[in-house]
Amino acid sequence: MKKVFSRPESMTKKPFHYCPGCDHGVIHRLIAEVIDELEVKDHTIGVAPVGCSVFAYDYFDFDFNQAAHGRAPAVATGIKRVRPGSIVFTYQGDGDLAAIGTAEIIHAANRGENITVVFVNNAIYGMTGGQMAPTSLIGMKTQTSPYGRDAATAGYPIHMSEIIATLESPVYVTRVTINSTANLMKTKKALYNAFKLQKEGKGFAFVEVVATCPTNWGKKPTDSHKWLTENMLPVFPLGTFKDTQGVEKA
Amino acid sequence: MAEKVLMKGNEAIGEAAVLAGCRYYFGYPITPQSELPAYLAKRLPEVDGVFVQAESEVAAINMVYGAGSAGARVMTSSSSPGMSLKQEGVSYIAGAEIPCLLVNVVRGGPGLGNIAPAQSDYWQATRGGGHGDYRTLVLAPNSVQEMADMTIAGFEFADRFRNPVLLLSDGVLGQMMEPVTLPDPVDYEVNSKKWALGYNGKDKGERNLCSSIFLDVDELEEHNWHLYQKYQVMTDLFSTGEYKDFAVEEHLCEDAEIILVGYGIISRILKTVVEKCRKRGIKAGMVRPKVLWPYPTHVFERLAKTASQFLVVEMSCGQMVEDVKLSVNGKKPVYFFGRTGGTIPSDFEILNEVDKLVRPD
Amino acid sequence: MSSKVERVILAGFGGQGILFLGKVLAQTGMHAGKHVSWIPSYGPEMRGGTANCSVILSVNEIASPMVTVPDTVIAMNRPSVAKFNLKIKAGGMLMYNSSLIERQEFRDDIRLVEIPASEIAEELGNPRVANLVMAGAYSKFSKLITFDDLVACLPSLMPGGKKEMLEINLAAFKKGFDFVEEKKYMFGRYVYSVFKGI
Repeated sequence: MKKVFSRPESMTKKPFHYCPGCDHGVIHRLIAEVIDELEVKDHTIGVAPVGCSVFAYDYFDFDFNQAAHGRAPAVATGIKRVRPGSIVFTYQGDGDLAAIGTAEIIHAANRGENITVVFVNNAIYGMTGGQMAPTSLIGMKTQTSPYGRDAATAGYPIHMSEIIATLESPVYVTRVTINSTANLMKTKKALYNAFKLQKEGKGFAFVEVVATCPTNWGKKPTDSHKWLTENMLPVFPLGTFKDTQGVEKA
Repeated sequence: MAEKVLMKGNEAIGEAAVLAGCRYYFGYPITPQSELPAYLAKRLPEVDGVFVQAESEVAAINMVYGAGSAGARVMTSSSSPGMSLKQEGVSYIAGAEIPCLLVNVVRGGPGLGNIAPAQSDYWQATRGGGHGDYRTLVLAPNSVQEMADMTIAGFEFADRFRNPVLLLSDGVLGQMMEPVTLPDPVDYEVNSKKWALGYNGKDKGERNLCSSIFLDVDELEEHNWHLYQKYQVMTDLFSTGEYKDFAVEEHLCEDAEIILVGYGIISRILKTVVEKCRKRGIKAGMVRPKVLWPYPTHVFERLAKTASQFLVVEMSCGQMVEDVKLSVNGKKPVYFFGRTGGTIPSDFEILNEVDKLVRPD
Repeated sequence: MSSKVERVILAGFGGQGILFLGKVLAQTGMHAGKHVSWIPSYGPEMRGGTANCSVILSVNEIASPMVTVPDTVIAMNRPSVAKFNLKIKAGGMLMYNSSLIERQEFRDDIRLVEIPASEIAEELGNPRVANLVMAGAYSKFSKLITFDDLVACLPSLMPGGKKEMLEINLAAFKKGFDFVEEKKYMFGRYVYSVFKGI
């Protein structure tokens, strides 16, 4: 009998602690599959953020650093400079990357660090219990925007992919989501492209995954992808903003 | 032995770091330490090293965290306001037990203060600086030669204890030039630390993790006691053990009635004051802590039996004086004289203080 | 001048090569086997728009590198004289650039040495070497470094320097040294009497 589905080698056996309907587990798995397919597991180093995925290192079966809030791109810079032959990536949420770590992500991207950044954007702070994120939608009610996000006082959702794409150094900037099987396959391809570019020494690649947080959105797991599709995707349109190496055409 | 060269203190640190096998520097410009990054920006590429001017001190210290995690000898440097920013990373580095060298060329504070030399970061340096139950080994050079020697020693200590080491300097030591004899270079192998990320020796364990998070209270308590025990070992080594003599310099203390206490550039001035006192028939001696944490308490315990009083001199409103008081433990009076805001006390004004203490009219 | 230690403050406008002049003296001292230290303008006198540095040359190990009471002040401009004149040790020396500083009522307990350093440098074709004219002049008085020490040390102070530059610097040393030698009658201990009332 042919085995058609199994745990990727890059994953540990530890069961995910993530909430039902949360996309982190699937995104983790896609990364692990890509690492396996690129055959780089033995020299891959991950950098975990502060946020729900703070324990990402529990699920990936390779070396990991656990960074301070927002600083993962700086830590990854240090690791990659010492071990340029390793595959180094950060895994960051929206509070981590788009608020407290804005300087670090912009400048790591601008230096063209040969690393991969996976940015999981679910428009809310999950770990701390559902506060407003820099990517929260206008009118979105959170613990710290109980009357809904008001642009007059809290500004607008920040578009990190679009910002990163304006820089000269990054080679690949794309926004994907996993709200459907087709999009899931596209997400995997985007991650594959991003890690492959690093393996080939091409430079900085940025994959934004628009994702769910049913718990803090107050949605049923089954409804959250629908909500994402109807509310988040109009604000965060999918697509590739930069592809200097033409990986998507290859 | 190598030839003597005339070097600025900040540059001596840079060259010594290279000789110690450090190939990675991450920093952010701030006066008065800028000669150090400038030196390394030029020097490191010559030895296939990496110099990165980071976007902030916060980013720089986190790059140090990354590079140290990956097994490199790595350093950063800054001056007081910048060191405050770095404390977040220092706490993570201490928690994750990552070796690295930090340099603070102290300037006047609080806030932006000024760029003149000061010693007002003693508390920040010796009490942790960042959050949590941790300690940083703090070295205090008083000459350009020691800036070099302690840089090299600092990297060794950092690796031995898997702990951040802080070189606490000041604007005078950083900017002054003195002759230095540089030691032979050390061959440092990045792939020598079994615990490091990316380590690929045959004896590598399952996988390596550099982290400071222990969400389970029992785990964190265990980790904190583990750190505490390490700090105890360090304390023992610097008080009764191998580094006993490294930790402190005593000058004419055997028969001294008054002991002057100071570190860094102040100790140089105190030496002059001691000479002048002796010429006047005042039996003065000097204790200079070369290591500020672990503090050389043992020396003060001993001298409290023979001397009749202590005068602590600092370029601050009085910070290290607390450690002297703790060490002397009420057995003898401990007095303080300080200048602050960037002013360096002169030998004359210190001598005047000594006069007041030994010849009270 | 003491034969064991020389504490010197050097001061002038930024751009007059004051810090380099200090380095010349310190490095020469080091090459001559002396203990040396060099500190740029730090301490209470750092405010005020002039560049200055402190140099100590010593037979014995140097305790404090700070110079509060200099044996010698080398002043390249007028504000430097005003700033440091009163700090000089009694019996010490004020060596000043008389091209930019006019004679005036100085203290009567110090030795005065006037060197038209800027004019000498102009004659040599490079006003920027006035500082080295002073170095040459200082070596005439120093008990710890000699003119020959200066000459021997110079190449190490300008690694990769052009031959012409080296030559003009050596010429500056020589002119400064010779100027003092020729005018030596003026520099007796009680030279103040010469200037009094001028």
